[in-house]
Amino acid sequence: MNDGVNGVALVVFIIFFLAVTVIGFMASRWRRAENENSLDEWGLGGRSFGTWVTWFLLGGDLYTAYTFVAVPAAIYAAGAAGFFAVPYTILIYPLMFVFLPRLWSVSHRHGYVTTSDFVRGRFGSKGLSLAVAVTGILATMPYIALQLVGIQAVLDVMGVGGGEDTNWFVKDLPLLIAFGVLAAYTYSSGLRAPALIAFVKDGLIYLVIAVAIIYIPIKLGGFDDIFKAAGDAFSQTSPATGKPRGALTPGEASQWTYATLALGSALALFMYPHSVTAVLSSRSRDVIRRNSTILPLYSLMLGLLGLLGFMAIAAGVKVTNGQLAIPQLFEDMFPAWFAGVAFAAIGIGALVPAAIMSIAAANLFTRNIYKDFLKPDATPEQETKVSKLVSLLVKVGALAFVLTMDKTVAINFQLLGGIWILQTLPALVGGLFTRWFHRWALLAGWAAGMLYGTLAAYGVASPTQKHFGGSAKEIPGIGEIGYIGLTAFILNVVVTVALTFVLKALKAPEGVDETKPSDYTADAGDPGVAKLPPATAGSAH
Amino acid sequence: MPEAPEVRQPVAEPPVVTPIRVVIGLCLFAPFVAMLWVGSYAKVDPTFIGIPFFYWYQMLWVVISTVLTMTAYQLWQRDQRARKAAAEDGGASA
Repeated sequence: MNDGVNGVALVVFIIFFLAVTVIGFMASRWRRAENENSLDEWGLGGRSFGTWVTWFLLGGDLYTAYTFVAVPAAIYAAGAAGFFAVPYTILIYPLMFVFLPRLWSVSHRHGYVTTSDFVRGRFGSKGLSLAVAVTGILATMPYIALQLVGIQAVLDVMGVGGGEDTNWFVKDLPLLIAFGVLAAYTYSSGLRAPALIAFVKDGLIYLVIAVAIIYIPIKLGGFDDIFKAAGDAFSQTSPATGKPRGALTPGEASQWTYATLALGSALALFMYPHSVTAVLSSRSRDVIRRNSTILPLYSLMLGLLGLLGFMAIAAGVKVTNGQLAIPQLFEDMFPAWFAGVAFAAIGIGALVPAAIMSIAAANLFTRNIYKDFLKPDATPEQETKVSKLVSLLVKVGALAFVLTMDKTVAINFQLLGGIWILQTLPALVGGLFTRWFHRWALLAGWAAGMLYGTLAAYGVASPTQKHFGGSAKEIPGIGEIGYIGLTAFILNVVVTVALTFVLKALKAPEGVDETKPSDYTADAGDPGVAKLPPATAGSAH
Repeated sequence: MPEAPEVRQPVAEPPVVTPIRVVIGLCLFAPFVAMLWVGSYAKVDPTFIGIPFFYWYQMLWVVISTVLTMTAYQLWQRDQRARKAAAEDGGASA
């Protein structure tokens, strides 16, 4: 694959990258408010985004570069099993429709910036809020690292960096530059930068997919030939496992895995801090509901993208690292200049979510660790300053992660992160609809889910790894193979419900609930919502 | 309502569960049934322009679920408007 530098593609890539950098720095002047030194401004873009900006922002946020590389890569490797991403992204939107408007409303009434802010306000428990915050930060870090893996894959195929014969500094220099620039404009522009860049990113992605899905099948002789070639390839026995490499449809045994992965991932998605950040930056409840009806366009694109995995097989793309399959397909199939556009789409596709994720993780740290535990009297200015610095630290951490450890480690931690983040669902979504759960029970349920999920994932071996080899395992009591995250989640709920009964019977002290029922349905224009309180109002009592 | 039209209620709270809300619920729940029942679509035939059933069926459901969510959104808007109007009428006459 390292057959020299693809000059034309590289030039196109650099032009797009420079354009995006300029946009990123100019974004700080876009819709600037008078008081820019607050977390509402830097970390939530002034909570002012309308339907279309939110659509691009969420689309850019949820469908990351890694998704674009990993979903077709999984299909390239094993066929049907990788396609679970499509039902997964179908199920997200009914869920979004149901619970996120409530989170939006209560967050506006009380000036919450993070999910942990809400959990603390609802249950009056700093411990539970800390658990949610730490889980969020832990789950987000490897996710940022994976965005780097996405950029690396593109750079690799273009022939820059990645070569094993050069020294590490030269090899990783392009990645360091890309991330340095990203860190700089995130620092100065906050959430406005990824919001504006998302327009470019998604425009490019839609263009590339539309071209790829028409142009490549024509070159390969139509979908009949593509699937026939893929079917032949999957039926061959893999030397590593002694079983066929994959299948065009999931067999009886793998259907449970498919369904539980789809459901578990869908439940987990809006627990991630970066998804919540994008939702809270929207202008009204209606913007969220309307987005749940227009965001599926991205799912359609994801499905088409998945089909590229089959095309890579039919086109005879041979890569040892599955992550390179799609970039390699682009390079083989497209003229050099358009391959450059496609690579730019993936590269910029990594920058947008990486920026939002680092902002989200920084907000969690600032609000729920720094302010709650270290400096309760922090002013909005101080909060913003800390958040900006932490957003840098988070990125450096992710970079160190990718550069020092094997790529599979990042992928493993990402799988683990999905399992972990799902364990915050009872506190968050439960809290949005009922206050029946006891705060200590929620904490115990969370701990049980985290512990089970981590241990179960540790015990999964794959042909190449002894531990953390995957995220599916036999479900105790059912005997089918299912997503560990979902099993852990059910354990979590059982523990939470059982302990709530016990604690209520014992009359254990409930925390103070600072919210009231009408907070959950308040909309823009209602009293206390239209004019946003300063970022600290939620906890200033 | 024919019975007891004269009784003036201070706050006319409509019931929480109404037919329109049941329909909204079904619209939002249907994709879960369709997608999690993997056995119903784990097959190759019939193919569509060479794409196995398994793949085009799920992509078709992206469209179906979008239509369902849009329907739910429209119904919800209508429900909210009706409730708001009812609440304002109640408030004006009280």
